[in-house]
Amino acid sequence: MAVDDISFAVNEGEIVGFLGPNGAGKSTTMKIITGFLPPTEGTALVEGESVEDHPMSVKKKVGYLPEHNPLYLDMYVHEYLHFMAGIFGLSSSQKRNRVTEMIHLCGLADEQNKRIGLLSKGFRQRVGLAQALIHDPKVLILDEPTSGLDPNQLVEIRKLIKTVSKDKTVLFSTHILQEVKALCDRVIVINKGRIVADDRLDTLLLGGGNYLIVEFANEVNEHELALIEGVEQVKKLENFRFQVKGLPGSDVRPKLVDFAYRQNLSLIGLKQEENSLESIFSQLTNVDQKNEGP
Amino acid sequence: MIHVFLKEFNSFLNSLIGYLVVGVFLIAMGLLMWVFPDTSVLRDGYANMDTLFLVGPYIFIFLVPAITMRSFAEERKLGTLELLMTKPLRETDIILGKFLAAFLLVILSLIPTLIYYFTLYSLGSPEGNIDTPGVMGSYIGMILLGGIFCSIGILASSLTSSQVVSFIIAAFLCFIFYSGFDSAASLFNDGETSLLVKQFGIVYHYEAMSKGLIDSRDLIYFLSVGGILLLFTKVVLSSRSW
Repeated sequence: MAVDDISFAVNEGEIVGFLGPNGAGKSTTMKIITGFLPPTEGTALVEGESVEDHPMSVKKKVGYLPEHNPLYLDMYVHEYLHFMAGIFGLSSSQKRNRVTEMIHLCGLADEQNKRIGLLSKGFRQRVGLAQALIHDPKVLILDEPTSGLDPNQLVEIRKLIKTVSKDKTVLFSTHILQEVKALCDRVIVINKGRIVADDRLDTLLLGGGNYLIVEFANEVNEHELALIEGVEQVKKLENFRFQVKGLPGSDVRPKLVDFAYRQNLSLIGLKQEENSLESIFSQLTNVDQKNEGP
Repeated sequence: MIHVFLKEFNSFLNSLIGYLVVGVFLIAMGLLMWVFPDTSVLRDGYANMDTLFLVGPYIFIFLVPAITMRSFAEERKLGTLELLMTKPLRETDIILGKFLAAFLLVILSLIPTLIYYFTLYSLGSPEGNIDTPGVMGSYIGMILLGGIFCSIGILASSLTSSQVVSFIIAAFLCFIFYSGFDSAASLFNDGETSLLVKQFGIVYHYEAMSKGLIDSRDLIYFLSVGGILLLFTKVVLSSRSW
């Protein structure tokens, strides 16, 4: 079973990041919401309509970019977009307008007369997004929209997603954590088919504790560090470098400086650890594995 | 449905497949009808089109699967099937669109052979000494047979993501449906069973039509076999067990 008893709601206008390790069930969940796979149990509702009972009207409301961005490689960009627009039953003048609009929005103006097979990955991703947006859907579901792109393309696609998602409800999956930071209001973390966290991004970051990296010029007693008020845990990294975990919601930086001053130590580095989202992610997704061990 | 149909048909015309299939069929038929002495009408002495109608199906056994092998296998391999299935399209729309595009290509490849009819019509002695109802019946039979081959090909294509596998399955099934049942019928000594088995095959109904007699039973055979095969395709696609 890929997905087990998952339940969540995405509110109108929200951008929700769907996180999880590979094989966690992200894509399966998305395939169920888009009506590609039937659920064995339970229902997926889009704007109050069940995907199973009203597939046609739900599919009209949803724009979907599947994983790996499948495209007809031998079609021309504009031809492909016209085909997709036609499926949604747009009249020919509407079709022309929408296709032109999408080509400009997604920055495809120079590529519109090329075969999709000849485009670079970044442009293909734009075509995929244009396809998902062609009928101006209220709900946008993107399955790993930025996987396999180079850093520049990544930033561009991210910007594009940000622009197009202004008035839409977006659910997108990824395992690039910076992306979540850049785009999302809310994060759902899923592991082994179960939801392990579902919260606003800032709450989730605070809940995970705040980590500091402190570096001194000379010998420091680890235990004395641990005694500082607000410090939960101290881990020695190298000679004079320590990872200090502060209690949630507290800022121990002034106290650390104070401590150094009192002990007559030279504090040469103090920095808030940036990848706390990574640590939350690995905490959330590894805990489960330990518990489920044989 | 119309969008899928147009897209499919355009892809035949935009790639080599369409021209290749029509071209190969016409060249092969032309050579057999007029050039190769063993099968040439000119040597035969009778103004009939038996060569086209007897050899044509065997060429179709290879050509039709070549037309249809891409239809679902490629979509599945590229993942575009997921894209189509999550658009407001019914499975029936997708299947019928693809089927009709392939079928139209088969019909298009047959149309130029009408020239053979007019040639033989004027070559006949006296002029016009050709079994016109027989020829027309054969054409209708040949078109219907092409339809069944197309549905076999579409079904085979939906079973796999490999075009080669799809082609082989389709060619084999076309052969079984065309002459397999007919040949198997002679395994039975009992006349009634033998006839029953024979009636499962295409040849029995095709031959009946080539006499110029369009019997509703034969029509029902072609339509129902084609329909059932496409229905199987729908079942395969709905199961998504791949």
